[in-house]
Amino acid sequence: MPLRIPILFHANMQHSIQEVTDEWPRMSEIIETVTFRAGYNTGMVIGGTALLGLAAGIIGVFALLRKRSLMTDALSHATLPGITLAFLFAGTFGLESKSLPVLLVGASVTGVLGVICVQLILHHTRLREDAAIGIVLSVFFGAGIVGLSYIQANAPGDSGGLNHFIYGQAATMRVGDVVLMGSIALVAIMATLLFMKEFAIVCFNDAFARVDGWPVGLVDLFMMALVVLVTVAGLQAVGLILVVSMLIIPPVAARFWTDRLSVLVLISGIIGATSGYLGATVSALFPRKPAGAVIVLTAGCIFVLSMFLAPKRGVFAHAIRRVSVRVKVAGDHLLEHVYESRQSTLTSDDFANFARMQGWSPLFQLLIRFALRRENMLGSKTRREIRVTEAGLERGARVSRNHALWEQYLVSHADIAPSHVDWSVDMVEHVLSDELIHELETALRNQGVDFPPSLEGVG
Amino acid sequence: MYFDLALDLFPLLAAALAAVCCGLLGNFLLLRKQSMMGDAISHSVLPGLVIAFLIASTRSPLVMLVGATIAGVVTVVLVEFVKRFGKVEPGAAMGVVFSILFALGVLLIEKAAVRHVDLDAECVLHGQLETLVWYSAPATISGLWSVETLDAIPRQIITLTIILILAIGFVSLLFKELRLASFDPALATTLGFNSTLLHYLLMIFVAAATVASFEAVGSILVIAMLICPGATARLLTDRLRTQIVLSVLIALFTAVGGYFSATIIPGWFGRDTVNAAGSITVFSGLVLSLTIIISPSHGILSRMIRRIRLSSRVALDDLLATMYRAQEQAQAEMSASDISDAILRSKPQPLLNRAVKRALIQRHRGMYSLTEKGQCAARSIVRRHRLWEHYLVDQAGLAPDHVHETAERLEHLPPVPPAGPQTDPQGKVIPDDPQVP
Repeated sequence: MPLRIPILFHANMQHSIQEVTDEWPRMSEIIETVTFRAGYNTGMVIGGTALLGLAAGIIGVFALLRKRSLMTDALSHATLPGITLAFLFAGTFGLESKSLPVLLVGASVTGVLGVICVQLILHHTRLREDAAIGIVLSVFFGAGIVGLSYIQANAPGDSGGLNHFIYGQAATMRVGDVVLMGSIALVAIMATLLFMKEFAIVCFNDAFARVDGWPVGLVDLFMMALVVLVTVAGLQAVGLILVVSMLIIPPVAARFWTDRLSVLVLISGIIGATSGYLGATVSALFPRKPAGAVIVLTAGCIFVLSMFLAPKRGVFAHAIRRVSVRVKVAGDHLLEHVYESRQSTLTSDDFANFARMQGWSPLFQLLIRFALRRENMLGSKTRREIRVTEAGLERGARVSRNHALWEQYLVSHADIAPSHVDWSVDMVEHVLSDELIHELETALRNQGVDFPPSLEGVG
Repeated sequence: MYFDLALDLFPLLAAALAAVCCGLLGNFLLLRKQSMMGDAISHSVLPGLVIAFLIASTRSPLVMLVGATIAGVVTVVLVEFVKRFGKVEPGAAMGVVFSILFALGVLLIEKAAVRHVDLDAECVLHGQLETLVWYSAPATISGLWSVETLDAIPRQIITLTIILILAIGFVSLLFKELRLASFDPALATTLGFNSTLLHYLLMIFVAAATVASFEAVGSILVIAMLICPGATARLLTDRLRTQIVLSVLIALFTAVGGYFSATIIPGWFGRDTVNAAGSITVFSGLVLSLTIIISPSHGILSRMIRRIRLSSRVALDDLLATMYRAQEQAQAEMSASDISDAILRSKPQPLLNRAVKRALIQRHRGMYSLTEKGQCAARSIVRRHRLWEHYLVDQAGLAPDHVHETAERLEHLPPVPPAGPQTDPQGKVIPDDPQVP
């Protein structure tokens, strides 16, 4: 009967004993570390991690486009049982049980097995992808934890170090390990750049690729293999929980900046490399900053900035575009109102009434007036009235005419009852192009339908 | 002695409570395709816990619970925000949010550790089931009935019990609404139940359950229990009520089974016990795999059996119909090779033997012919085939030379074709129904 003593996990015990403070390193130290001169080992670690970030950023693009982001999460969690099994059984094959290549081979085997399990569950049951990924992730990781606790309790010799694969420990990597990590990353980068055309076609239109005779399954498999390589390479430096975010965050952040694949790959790679470089640097300078967390937070900051500030797809740009369209539409309505009331000025009372009817807030009214003034549609404002310029009146006439044209079109061509057309006309009158207007005129004229005369008459 | 009150009672209780609590709530995540939200929340409660600790400087369960619950809701909101305003694919949005939050938590935990605290990223993952030891446990089970027992109950178990009761109350009170919102959120909203609010309520409960389970069993077991029992039950039934009850039972079973596998199985090989939370997770995976294979309604095995049965019935039907048609061409007997050519099977012997065994056909000097019983069955099949052909031409407006393939499939299915004339579109006689002489 073996002993049944509870196993206590207190990896933090040594922390509690010694007093650790967050002290800033000296300036010279910082500069040395940043410029790769703080010793051979530190420099290697920083360079290797940056290379890893580059590789993860590049291959992550294809994982994102293939909608496999969370699949990589399952993959990275599934590496843990492989690491423990490799540790336990390396001895029986006469291998050094703590040698990194052996552990990484074990990690890749169970990682791939995890991905296969997700596919099997998807194929053979009615469970959805999210459930399948969650199942594989938790069960495999649970198996890894069982393995770890078994090793801690039963395996002879020192088994520390294995824990580092969970949270990563870039600072304590040996040069050999860094070289291994760097070369795996390099291979992944070369392979991705070499097969970019194949990856692109499979990501964007796999049905077309299949019809066109590409070996889609094979390409897919190869892509997944590269993801496995990068994940496994990053285990020791970043840890298996966070290595997946090196694959997810850079491409998502880069996606805000561009619509072109080649640019996307470039930006994503740069973001990955930057966060890898910064993460390793910070964790080399501060003893208690784990590299993985710093890398992810750096990438996270870039993501947040990209999401808000990107010029076309960013949240702010988007909001500005939406508001400006609303302002333009509202301004058109105002000018249309002025034109239709057959005046050349707008009294303040009239404006207030119209604004109330349209439900414009005071701020919105200001915005409209500002926008119209800038376009020279509105003139100077006195206490009583706002002058409408020639251009403003013309714009109002045009909008009014578009309104009437479209209304006629809906009634005579789209079979919509006259009492129902106004609402949709209000939305569309602002966006009619010149060609479309010309077409409408021709069509209505051929039909013998009355419509307002052309603007030359309004002048 | 496999069960030791001092060592096993409280850990087992904590594991069972956590499993049931998560298993119950996981059903609704599963239905809303939000299973990974459990994963995301259990990662991102980490910064919530640490921030709550850094602010309040205490590890009282209430503070931790509030911090983690806020973090859980923040996660849900952020994921939604990134998805909607960043136009990011849902999986990637979730991945981005929870990994950033988790990284934040890892950094903060290092900061907290500076202040001499036993907040530890490791035990967040594995849990500390094994530390719930009851040193002054009574020697026998009957000794449990005393006031000291109440005093000895660890607070993790008390927290878990409260959360479990609340969760049961939540699910049973709002069952109707939850069901509606899980299957059709849009309909729920138009009917006047705010499905978004309900969703957030559910997420609050998931976050609370996560953090209550956390300290005792670790986040990995929480994720497993949020998904596996529900998924297992989903493969066994199509009714939500049954699924929920089943999932709770399965969660209980895996907790107990997994716990004892951790304490007992290593002993058989003369080894020390392994981590119980991990072992329960693996056990739930095993139960799920087994269900995937042998579930009576949705299992791989039963579907395979159904498929084999169907294809063998179709093969038999085709054999009889072929022989009947040959008979119509005045060929009452067929050799095995004739049959093989006609039904496009290279090895017809097993099929022929089966038909002979069922007395549908008979063998005479190497030639096969239909028996009385076989005649009946064949007539019925050919009748259905030709009636369907007639129906397809007459009612569905298909061209007469296009209906054969469709009728070939329909003839094997249960619905009886509507009665028709004496001949089919090709002018062949439709046989009489053998059941109605």
